[in-house]
Order: sequence, then structure tokens, then C-alpha cells
Amino acid sequence: MAVSIQSVEERTRSDERRMGLELLAPSVPSVGSTPEAHASSVAPVVERVYRHRLPVRISHWLNVPILVILIMSGLQIFNAHPALYWGDRSDRDRPLLSIRPIQAEGGEVKGTTTILGRQFDTTGVLGYSDGSGRAFPAWATIPSAKWLAMGRQWHLFFAWLFVINGILFTAYALVSRHVTRDLVPTGKDIRAIGRSIKDHLKLRQPQGDEAKQYNVLQKLAYLVVLLAIAPVIVLTGLTMSPTIDTAFPWLLTIFGGRQGARTIHFLACFSFVGFIVIHVVEVILTGLIKNLRSMITGWFVVKRKVVCHEA
Amino acid sequence: MKPRSTMKRRQFLKGAAGIASLVALAGCDNVTQSSWFFRLLQRTEKLTDMVQGAVTPADALAKEYTESDISAVFPANGNTDPGTQDYSAKAQNEFADWNLLIDGLVATPMLISLAAVKEMPARTQITRHDCVEGWSAIGKWTGVPLSGLMHKVQPLPNARYAVFHCADVDDEGVSYYESIAIQDCYHPQTILAYELNGQPLNIPHGAPLRLRFERQLGYKQAKYVERIELVESFSGIAGGKGGYWEDQGYEWYAGI
Repeated sequence: MAVSIQSVEERTRSDERRMGLELLAPSVPSVGSTPEAHASSVAPVVERVYRHRLPVRISHWLNVPILVILIMSGLQIFNAHPALYWGDRSDRDRPLLSIRPIQAEGGEVKGTTTILGRQFDTTGVLGYSDGSGRAFPAWATIPSAKWLAMGRQWHLFFAWLFVINGILFTAYALVSRHVTRDLVPTGKDIRAIGRSIKDHLKLRQPQGDEAKQYNVLQKLAYLVVLLAIAPVIVLTGLTMSPTIDTAFPWLLTIFGGRQGARTIHFLACFSFVGFIVIHVVEVILTGLIKNLRSMITGWFVVKRKVVCHEA
Repeated sequence: MKPRSTMKRRQFLKGAAGIASLVALAGCDNVTQSSWFFRLLQRTEKLTDMVQGAVTPADALAKEYTESDISAVFPANGNTDPGTQDYSAKAQNEFADWNLLIDGLVATPMLISLAAVKEMPARTQITRHDCVEGWSAIGKWTGVPLSGLMHKVQPLPNARYAVFHCADVDDEGVSYYESIAIQDCYHPQTILAYELNGQPLNIPHGAPLRLRFERQLGYKQAKYVERIELVESFSGIAGGKGGYWEDQGYEWYAGI
């Protein structure tokens, strides 16, 4: 017997709200059902958990266009000098990575990606695409044409939005104890980390009470983004600014010089890309609709089966 | 059949990615062209300038490096030879007849020979040049602090910018110029350089005089400087944005 959320009228607000939990009463048999039908039957219990509070939802959805634009305009900027180095100078004969069009012997142009001295043919995507020599293809950059000045305008504007959004989110997450309650793994979480890794690999989804909270890998992923990738991407971005280097020369020291900072910025960008891909895949695997609903309305629905014993 | 199916899948993936990004891009490319959005983007520059100015002490020095840090090859970007008849003639003569004019909003305009510039107290600094494209190079620059020249000409109180007029013109005949705020002319590392790595400045790097303004990007470092004009506003000069690259959409504030 499926019980829709709407059919359940009574809600009790739990005093100890972890993520603002609301527990809904076990399903009430609908009128007209016979006692036999639900004596000792398996009845699903629907719980609605207030999982994402409004500031978290707003911050999350603002980050969607902000990150997409930052990544795509960042690739436009990268294309202006498609090579990465370590240290303070660009020794062009010793890049860590370079993505360039190279004219082959037959006169045809190939896109070549060189990573730590190893060459890969990446024609069509990296180095040479749609008849033009460019590191990242037109579909991956903002603007699509080669236009460094405009790429910078987009990037620096949305970088400000990213920083402001990040500061507001972090302040809210600390004050509202979102960080300590929902994101920091508990001792129990840590002990169960091996099982969580296995569950993820087998694509086994948490059920019942477990589904109400973030799992330990999810918590760690969000913490790594919040405490490592996001601050690092902002600070390495600022280290590329000659004025900021004048004000805070220690930035050059901690990030391995201006070119080191540029390399870390690029790696952090692709860490973000990796996070986004896994995040979206997990959202789809664990129920696209219910996840989207919870990130839009805040309410997350947990269904579980419990055995009801009729007196 | 396997290669073909991989091809198909690759084509499909490429197509799918293409369509998804086209939707995003069509939007982005459209708003790029809409003027209100472009104006909004351009406001960022003022915010960045203000905030970076607030956190950076006026006398803070850009990092100076050691001899061993100097780049083996210092790339020369932009125009690498003015190539005009006048410039080439002066280059032939090793710039012996090169004069620098300092005028505009100053108490005493001055025409000073290159030889006289070289006789003034000099400063040598090993600094990092950061190109807007993303690369960096380290070089040792020797030149005269701009502050010394400013003391000679005495800028008037309403002078807000120093505009550097250069001898180079691009393929379409547009002259290179740049501008910096008057207060930056007094920063100890703002120099008119005539030597790079202990050698007289060569033509690709801006002989005989080029600006070094170490706290901003490469395109501010005007080469082939023949005139410094002090102005209250640069809106009447060339494209009105304060520099050759600024007129093509780059920010006047090049601190990031």
C-alpha cells in the first residue's frame, strides 16, 4: 500500500532536529480497507526530512551557472597560453603540460597534448578542433571564439560572485552549525568508511534512517570542496595577480610561484569538474526527482518498509 | 566493425557535448554582445581596482629575484620592431639622438636626451614580468625611477595620469600608448628602463626606453617610449580607454 505524501496529514516536529528532521506518522490505513489487508502487512512509512535549508539551496543553485561560466571562461584564458609550468617563470622548453597544434609531415595539422614529456594525439578535441588550432575546443570556452579580453571579463566578474557566494555560504554553514552537524563525519562514520566505499562501488544506496543523512564519503567530498578545492582555487587565482603578489608575497611561496599557482589553479578546476561529474551521477543514481525536489523545496522523502502488527 | 562503432560513439558523444554546450554558448555569446551585460562585466574592473588598492600598501614592493632566477629567454611580445623610417634611422645611430619629451600638465615641460636620462640616479631590479596571456619571465632591469623625472617637471595638481606615447605602430598604423595613475609614477619600482640583463635594451624589448611598472601585467609595460604626457583624463586620446590594448577591450586596471 503506497502512501503518498499528500495523504498523510499529521506531522510531528522532532525536537532534536538533525538537518531539520520531520517524522511523519506511520501510514494510516485508508478507509474501506479490510483488517485482513493490513494485519501483519508490510506498510511503507514515508518520512519527510527537511534536508536543505533555504540559504544552502540558494547558494547551491547560484553555484551552478557561476561554476560553469568560470570553468568555460577559464579555458578561454588558458587557450591564450596553453602550457603549464612550475615555479615563477615559464621556461617554454620545459612545460609540465602543453596543448598545441603541430604540423605533421604530410602537412596536416594535429592536436598534440604533452604531459610531463609524453605526447598524445588529441586531434579534434585538444590542440586542434574544427579546423582551428586551439587548446580547448570552441564548445568548451566562453566566448566560443578566441577572445582573451572577453574571457577575462566573464571570468573576473563571476569569480567575484563565486567568492561572495562562498563567503556567505561558509558563514551561514558555520553559524547554523551545518558544518558541524551535517558535514563533519562522526566517529561512527569514520569506522564505517570501508563499508561506505564498498556500497558506493556496488552502487548500493542507503535505506531508511541512513538515507536521511549524508553518508561519510559524501560528507568528506563536500568538506574537501569547501575547505580545500574552493579556497585553493580562489587563492591560486589571486596569486596570478601581480598586485596581490606585492601585497601578500607568501602566496608565491606556498603555491610554488606564479606559474605553480597557475598549474594548481588548473588542477583545482579539473578537481571541480570531477566533483561535479560524480555529484551529478550520484544525484541521478540515488533518485533524480527526489534529489532535485529536496534541493528545490528543501524536503527530502525517505520511504522504508516496516512490518505493522495489528493488535 | 569495432572501429566504426567506436567512431560512431565518439561522434555521438561529441555531438551530445556539442549540443549541450551550444545551448549554453548561444546564450553566453548573445549576452556578450548585449551592451548592458558588457557594461556590467566592465564594472568588475573598478571593484577589483578598489579592493586590490585597499589591501595593497602604496609602497609595497613587487618581489625581487636573484640573478639565478633570470629567464634564459625573455620572450618579446607585441610589436617587436617599430620599423618606421624615423625609428630605424635612430636605431642605426644607436639612439644617440633619442629624446624623451615630458609635457602636458606639468610646471616645466622638458625634452631630455637619452644620454642625460642615463646620467640620472638609476635603479636595478630583478622582477617578474606577467603577461596577460598567462606566462611569466624574470629579467634584470636597469633604468631611471620615474619619480626622479617627475621631480624635474613638477606635475600640476590636476594631473591624474601619465600617458606613455610610443614609437611603435601596429599593422594598421595605430600607435601604441599606455597610461598609469600619477601616484604609481612615484613608486620606487616604476622605472624607465634602458638595460635588460646588463645589456642595453634591444629593439624587440623596447629600445631605447621602456616602462617597468612591476605590479601590473605586461601590456602596461610600454616599449619605445618617446613622450610622457601628464593629463587629467585620457578619454580624448586615441580610443579613449587609456591604452592600445585597453582600446581593444582589456582592462585599464591590469593588476590581475
